[in-house]
Amino acid sequence: MTTASETQVGTNVEDQPNKSSFLDILLIMLRKQPLASFGAAIVLAMIFMALFADVLTTIDPEENNLEFMLEAPGAAFWLGTDQFGRDLLTRIIYGARTALFVGFTCAVVGSTLGLVLGVASAYFGGMFDLIIQRVVDVIMAFPLIILALAVVATLGPGVENVIIAITIPFVPQCARVVRSNALAIREIPYVDAARALGFSHTRIIMRHMVPNVMAPFLIMLTSFLGQAILLEASLSYLGMGVQEPTAAWGLMLQGGAEEYAESAPWVAIWPGVAISLAVFGFNLFGDGVRDTLDPKLRSQ
Amino acid sequence: MIKYLIKRLLLLLPTLLGAAILVFFLLRLVPGDVCEIRLAGTGLYADPAEIALCQKELGLDQHILKQFFDFIWGYATFDLGKSMWTGAPITHEIGLRFHLSLQVAIMATAVAIMIAIPFGIISAVKQNTWIDYFVRAFSIAGIAMPSFWLGILIILGLLIGTQAVFGEPWMPPIEFKPIWEDPVWNISQLIWPAVATGYRYSAVATRMTRSALLEVLREDYVRTARAKGLLEKVIINRHALKNALLPVVTVISIEFAFLMGGLVVTEQVFNLNGLGRLFVESVGAQDFNMTQQLVMLVVLIFVLTNFFVDILYAWLDPRIRYS
Repeated sequence: MTTASETQVGTNVEDQPNKSSFLDILLIMLRKQPLASFGAAIVLAMIFMALFADVLTTIDPEENNLEFMLEAPGAAFWLGTDQFGRDLLTRIIYGARTALFVGFTCAVVGSTLGLVLGVASAYFGGMFDLIIQRVVDVIMAFPLIILALAVVATLGPGVENVIIAITIPFVPQCARVVRSNALAIREIPYVDAARALGFSHTRIIMRHMVPNVMAPFLIMLTSFLGQAILLEASLSYLGMGVQEPTAAWGLMLQGGAEEYAESAPWVAIWPGVAISLAVFGFNLFGDGVRDTLDPKLRSQ
Repeated sequence: MIKYLIKRLLLLLPTLLGAAILVFFLLRLVPGDVCEIRLAGTGLYADPAEIALCQKELGLDQHILKQFFDFIWGYATFDLGKSMWTGAPITHEIGLRFHLSLQVAIMATAVAIMIAIPFGIISAVKQNTWIDYFVRAFSIAGIAMPSFWLGILIILGLLIGTQAVFGEPWMPPIEFKPIWEDPVWNISQLIWPAVATGYRYSAVATRMTRSALLEVLREDYVRTARAKGLLEKVIINRHALKNALLPVVTVISIEFAFLMGGLVVTEQVFNLNGLGRLFVESVGAQDFNMTQQLVMLVVLIFVLTNFFVDILYAWLDPRIRYS
């Protein structure tokens, strides 16, 4: 992805294989990878937008204002208004809240569950491993959005259900990657030593194995962020996700984007720009984290 | 080889059964069914007796395990049951739309290949030039951009473009006609969704082509070829590309299975009456029969594609032999 020399990054990672905190990784990344730093900047801007939405704009994102339906972008409404007279910029800013809330919750919960399951699967082995892996096989035979839609079919739409629907497919993906790393760690003598000392399974897993699979865990977590945002937007666009009047980017595109394509194209353009920019930023950031933690994967 | 193939095919059965169990019970986890929606969906009071009658008609009053065995038995007898919403046989509903979705999927794959391979090659050959940066930016944008938004932009562009050129806006036709009946009509309708989905799928393949080719170009035999004075064109076409395309073939084939997922959204944008649309509608109407059969169809396509990719791989790479 970047032009930084491979040997440099390689030695850095070898010098401090697992000790480095997330902050250290971030610092290494910023220095070596300008593209990833650009992604990180977008991510930070999005987080800022989400946190300070009510400071950045004083307009209510959900209140209809029928006087100003489909106003063109101008001094009063920088990006124009939608068919209910709601300011697009305001809704995009508040939409960041929805997108990031869903994105972070799904990525963190999904990868954490996957981490525990993957490590436990590698540690216990045998029947437990076999069953978990078969379940993982089955879940991974579904395209993401198909499984998410099937979950929504059961639970119904709404933010909480969308989060569940997106998280479920993430768990096995992360579990599989973490497991293959944890299998190698299980063979290292200190795990045997811990077992010989009579530590409980929970303690060995949580204190001795989990910290050593942090690299694949963080790689999966960051790669889930962009995916989750994109999935939420897709589900909301289909009307199976976040519901009106909540501000969500995918939902904004659904609300008559095609009908107003000619008369008010801004309705169909800006929310899409927001989605693309967010996913773009999170992906670049994720690529950077991956390259920093795992130099072997760099060129892909 | 034959033995291996049979073994692999048989191993698909547990996965399919697992998927069937998962989907069947997942959809029935939560109370509420199609009868309540159909009869009380408009907010009116629904007579419990009527709901019970409707449930009886659809077999929803039977024990859940009995329903499950009927569902599995259906595969043995090629009877997929009836849509709970329209009452028509599911094979009929799927048959109506299968053609459209398959055609879009094939066209989208073709678009993806046509973008990915030339762009990936040129990007690797011109590594770290502005061409390379452009191609990489183009493919990263493809991953970031939701395909439904690209679809909306295409429609928008078509409307504004045709308005400017011909004086009146033109939209792709809504009604579907098979390609052998009216090729021009058919292509002018389906090319847009194929581009919208294909561009997105080309992104991963472009990156894969680029990195695979870069790796191969660092191999000793490429250096030998250069040392003996072969033209760079010959080196790339005859020596490097053949080896570099192996992983690309895998990526493209596996993504073919995932196209179904992409179609769910794209068909909605372009108002196409395909399987993706049917899926979304069945989810909305809580037509569990239809939803589970469509999910199973996707899973079946997915596992079969994986199976064929494995075989294809062995066929393309003589070093891989299954036994």
